Amino acid sequence: MAAAAGPANSTEYITHHLTHFKVGEGFWTWHIDTIFMSVLLGLVTIGLFYAVARKATVGVPGKGQAFVEMIVEFIDTTVKEVFHLDRSFLAPLALTIFVWVFLMNAMDLLPLDVPGVIAGWFGIHYWRVVPTADANTTFAMSLTVLVVVIYFSLKAKGAGGYTHELFTAPFGAHPVLWIPNFFLNIVELLSKPVSLAMRLFGNMYAGELVFMLIALLGATWVGFTFSSSLGMLGQILMGAAWAIFHILIITLQAFIFMVLTVVYSAMATEHH
Amino acid sequence: MENLALIAQVQSYTAIALGLIIGLGAIGACIGIGIMGAKFLEAAARQPELIPTLQGRMFLLAGLIDAAFLIGVALAMFFAFANPLLASFA
Repeated sequence: MAAAAGPANSTEYITHHLTHFKVGEGFWTWHIDTIFMSVLLGLVTIGLFYAVARKATVGVPGKGQAFVEMIVEFIDTTVKEVFHLDRSFLAPLALTIFVWVFLMNAMDLLPLDVPGVIAGWFGIHYWRVVPTADANTTFAMSLTVLVVVIYFSLKAKGAGGYTHELFTAPFGAHPVLWIPNFFLNIVELLSKPVSLAMRLFGNMYAGELVFMLIALLGATWVGFTFSSSLGMLGQILMGAAWAIFHILIITLQAFIFMVLTVVYSAMATEHH
Repeated sequence: MENLALIAQVQSYTAIALGLIIGLGAIGACIGIGIMGAKFLEAAARQPELIPTLQGRMFLLAGLIDAAFLIGVALAMFFAFANPLLASFA
């Protein structure tokens, strides 16, 4: 980023780093960087697990196989604790969500200006590398989760049963209560994807911004003067501290997104 | 000149709002984490064999408690660097 001309001041530096590589106008604006990075990391996820699965043995497992088995078993146990029906669909979904979101979040740990510089080699001036710091990604994922939740509701209760529940669930089956029941159920249904998406987006966006603010410390570098050295030292120390704390956050947020997907699906299959 | 005064006014109100968003959010999140952490330690002291189970849930809840605060921080940062309320002056 800012390969040709350096940013004039700190506000410009941060606004520059918050600009997507866009194509199109208005509603049909495509964030190419988000799409490219998320698809790339999705392929990395698939490729990694496929490569390990191809070489899997029943004998003494290698390091890669042991690692993947650990993740798979961890996810499977978590899903088993919450979701008691057949989990042949939900467990792989949870695994995909966890690993994919984790990798997308982990892009936050790359040095802030490296992706931009690499993009600059291809003549691109804006490149935001964290797909989950774009509300479009998180809302796309959480709306997909909403579809899964509705699918599980329909599967467990049937179309008639689910409609019946939508109109009669919290208060009762009296016709006067149909409208309030339905309204409450819709609000409950829609609040799930919104909170799911905003949680992930807010965490990643704030994390990215704190990295940018820390990067401003070192951006005051003018040479080996006292204040410049202090700024650089501050950037290194604070950047390291925040990055270490951020390892916890990115894992936690990936885990929470995965667990809540499973919990919502489990709730959808319960009868009232 | 009149515009400049108006811009300054919007900026000063925004600055106050940012402080309130981050400060109040931090208070809430810290109280939440504090209560949960205290209860976790209490439970762990009573029944140490439950620690592995409780630890996972504690981290899950810590993420949930932190989320609202961090959404607030993200929103505040957004207003600090690209204030949409100033757009009408541009």
